[in-house]
Amino acid sequence: MLTLQITHRQGQFALDVDMEAPGTGVTALYGPSGAGKTSIVNMVAGLLRPDAGRITINGLCLFDANQKINLPPEKRRIGYVFQEGRLFPHLSVRANLTYGMRLTPARIRFVDFDAVVELLGIGHLLSRRPAGLSGGEKQRVAIGRALLTSPAMLLMDEPLASLDAVRKDEVIPFIKRLGNHVSIPILYVSHELNEIRSLATHMILLEEGRQVGSGTPEELLSRPELGALWGKKGTPLDCGPAAAQMRMSR
Amino acid sequence: MDFFALTALEREAVTLSLWVAGWAVAVSLPVGILTAWALARGHFPGKTLLEALVHLPLVLPPVVIGYLLLVLLGRNGLIGGPLYEHLGITLAFTWKGAVLAAAVMAFPLLVRAVRLSLENVDPGLEAAARTLGAGPLRVFFTVTLPLMAPGILTGTLLAFARSLGEFGATITFVSNIRGQTQTLPLALYTLTQVPDGETGAMRLCILSVLIAMVALIISETLSRKVAARMKA
Repeated sequence: MLTLQITHRQGQFALDVDMEAPGTGVTALYGPSGAGKTSIVNMVAGLLRPDAGRITINGLCLFDANQKINLPPEKRRIGYVFQEGRLFPHLSVRANLTYGMRLTPARIRFVDFDAVVELLGIGHLLSRRPAGLSGGEKQRVAIGRALLTSPAMLLMDEPLASLDAVRKDEVIPFIKRLGNHVSIPILYVSHELNEIRSLATHMILLEEGRQVGSGTPEELLSRPELGALWGKKGTPLDCGPAAAQMRMSR
Repeated sequence: MDFFALTALEREAVTLSLWVAGWAVAVSLPVGILTAWALARGHFPGKTLLEALVHLPLVLPPVVIGYLLLVLLGRNGLIGGPLYEHLGITLAFTWKGAVLAAAVMAFPLLVRAVRLSLENVDPGLEAAARTLGAGPLRVFFTVTLPLMAPGILTGTLLAFARSLGEFGATITFVSNIRGQTQTLPLALYTLTQVPDGETGAMRLCILSVLIAMVALIISETLSRKVAARMKA
């Protein structure tokens, strides 16, 4: 389980969040752009230092302003899949995948290389360079790379945002399979409701740097008082295929 | 006389030039990378001063640099004195001094090229490496440095070429001693000052062009290989 109570100020923007994400399944972090989603994920990963507060994962303290604890990113065992993949261009796909794995002590490794390659369907790409991959392939490799560090939690910051609809379909089934095959909790940042519907088991709503709701996606999406949030930000409550199509053609 | 056989003087000048330029690059490369890092990423007081200092050899007449080196590092110099007394190291009028003169003159070119390549490295990739469990030092050697390779290569070639051509600072600091400090340009200059030296001068001139061409071709081939590695 991830607990996070932090405050942070960045120019005009103030973040004041108290949230919990369950220790299993996919937790969606949903909110309009500028709600502070990426900041929160970066704080969990250790790439951004909150002004104050405390972050723990499964009881292990990652950050505590009062006790002056701030584990560096490389000691947090948090896997991070970035929006734009961020594969190392000078390394082969295989070397990208094993980069973090080789830095993980063997005794705490529980994710198997062959299993991940099989799960993500990237076996035929191993000797290629990232520059030669499609967007969807890149993201699958990026997921594999993060997974192979045997992390305590996997962060995904809009991993599909830079992909078109066809490429998205190259990735979504694999993320779904992830939830069934690997017992690593996932924090999934998105502002696409249909992605959340098809992937998430839990959902946290953010607005203007504050948590405004937490629960299962079905529960939250049917709450009338939150309807304003969907409506106001131009995201239709109805996220069936027709609505998705409409958004895409826009 | 066989046109293709090098005379003793030419052989000495060429070997010494390559030796001096090679050492100059080898010595300044680590320092240059560190300086480029500090200038591109560092925030510290006196950064502007360091930047100006690094670029000084680019804007000052080489003779001025040579003279400054002589004043500072000559046997009676501010630094050269203690260096000789305690460590027995003499720089002025030796090949080591020629290396230093060449390194100082080539340094700004090296730093500029390396710094440019460093500024092109996406910090996001370094952050990604951190989340994968690599500490700052490992990130530098496994991600940052390999991604800087094209710039380091360019910088190395520029510095090497500049070192081969170094004249003013060298002749002022270490003089023009055959077999010791008489590099190719110095030998060429000497030949232009004696009667009947034209043929010898022309031969050295052709040699310089040949060396420069070979260096350029090697560097081009290498950078093409590096660039190809980053693509598919």
